[in-house]
Amino acid sequence: MSLTNEIIKQRLVEKFGDQLTDWVEPYGMLTFTAPKDQNLKVLQFLFDDAELRFQFLTDLQAVHYPAKKGEELAVVYHLHNLVDNVRIRFKVFADITKPDVFSATALYQSANWMERETYDFFGVNFLGHPNLIRVLNVDEMDYFPMRKEFPMEEQTRVDKDDAMFGR
Amino acid sequence: MQSTEHIVLPEGSLEKLTTTLNLGPTHPATHGVFQNILEMDGERIQKATSTVGYIHRAFEKIAERRPLYQITPLTDRLNYCSSPINNMGWHLTCEKLLGVETPKRVDYLRIIIMELARISDHLICNSIVGVDSGAFSGFLYLMQYRELIYEIYEEVCGSRLTTNIGRIGGFERNFTNAAFEKLERFLKEYPVQLKEFENLFLRNRIFMGRTIGCGPISAERALNYGFTGPNLRAAGVDYDVRVHTPYSSYQDFDFTVPVGTTGDCYDRFLVRGEEMWQSLSIINQAYKKVQEFKGTEADIFHADVPAYYLPEKKDVYTKMEALIYHFKIIMGETEIPAGEVYTSVEGANGELGFYLISDGGRTPYRLHFRRPCFIYYQAYPEITKGSMLSDAIITMSSLNLIAGELDA
Repeated sequence: MSLTNEIIKQRLVEKFGDQLTDWVEPYGMLTFTAPKDQNLKVLQFLFDDAELRFQFLTDLQAVHYPAKKGEELAVVYHLHNLVDNVRIRFKVFADITKPDVFSATALYQSANWMERETYDFFGVNFLGHPNLIRVLNVDEMDYFPMRKEFPMEEQTRVDKDDAMFGR
Repeated sequence: MQSTEHIVLPEGSLEKLTTTLNLGPTHPATHGVFQNILEMDGERIQKATSTVGYIHRAFEKIAERRPLYQITPLTDRLNYCSSPINNMGWHLTCEKLLGVETPKRVDYLRIIIMELARISDHLICNSIVGVDSGAFSGFLYLMQYRELIYEIYEEVCGSRLTTNIGRIGGFERNFTNAAFEKLERFLKEYPVQLKEFENLFLRNRIFMGRTIGCGPISAERALNYGFTGPNLRAAGVDYDVRVHTPYSSYQDFDFTVPVGTTGDCYDRFLVRGEEMWQSLSIINQAYKKVQEFKGTEADIFHADVPAYYLPEKKDVYTKMEALIYHFKIIMGETEIPAGEVYTSVEGANGELGFYLISDGGRTPYRLHFRRPCFIYYQAYPEITKGSMLSDAIITMSSLNLIAGELDA
């Protein structure tokens, strides 16, 4: 349990310098942002480094931020060092008009379906993925449903004008 | 290569030496709605292609328009064999985001419910492995005891399968005496039956012959494939969220984490079996701790979080403040603090994670469920390659694939 967030941050800054940004620790989990084209290098470094050993990919998914122009899609990686029991999270941001992100499938078999799911719902194009097709939605679908431009009915809306039930 | 001399194929037909077999989407042997397209060479599987998504219900999208308490019923339908664990995992995520501290009694009651859910999940899985290897009676023995577990749920929350059990901060009502009586009955009767079940299987020559060496996976491959839970532990990695990142006061309990060596069906069966014994021990310990709360302490069943925990109905009718909170909660008009949180619990199939991003609105900005099934099911083509069809079916049931958790 000697591996602390400070050490991880120090090791990463030594290696990547100021390419990694937005260091925060929400609820104790070290979180940072990496440049889009560096995601595999960061993953590989975290995997190989004898001290860090982040060799378990817990989760991979995307978030859509329509307001952030030029970096609308965030791909979020959750990694776990099972030996020291430390988790970290890092994000890469991609432009929605050209959402190309390198695939982590060469490093993690588990990334295969997680990336397919992310492609399926957000349209992130994982370069180098062996089989980037839809996994949960129908193959004929021609849009990416988890993007924010497809809103659900607002259940908690504030303009309640119906006198009886408020909706 | 087989000789094709005597076979005359029609003009233009594609010559193919393997047979394509559709296993699923609705087939009694798949125990759930998902499909495998198998390329068979005789009775050996050359290649399996898994198709999932038949019951995809877009929970992550729906959750973006729901206040926190309305998301609990969605989590029910992930792994529906152990809904309470999903519910509790969701409550714990909300509590972490909101900074709610739950009383010890709530933690212990939650542990009782979660471990009951783990038992009910494992007993289904293990007895189904029995059914798929031709031993039906073990299934009938254990199935009665799932009924007893469901009766306990019913006494606590009113429902049985999709439980929607608990609230943010605790439980909707205190456990009744009847609930504890049912728990005592279960704790008394179940070990006897589980022992008998194990006597049927553990040293059974046929069962061992069918499961040893069937669908194995090495620890290294299992980790690379993102296995968690009993399937990973059967491969020899002692990763258990309850021990690594204790939640709901699991650190107060004394239990061991069973591990296997080969990661085959037999090891998975053994690991699940031993986990049931460990769960029984945890429930006994937790029940003892719960009984130690006397007087007013024994009436504590939720934390004090008025903005998220529904007030008592009689207060709603008589007190202004309670009435306001009641409406604010029901109409989902409470702002969630902005933040980003990942919480995981040890689900019956592995690490069930909730990744919640809130932008300070009334609903999550983004919610992602890390469903263990979905992640480890990817390994299915690899671990069944070259095996017999009947072994592939046992492998499928011993991985405990739950369609609800695959598709979310």
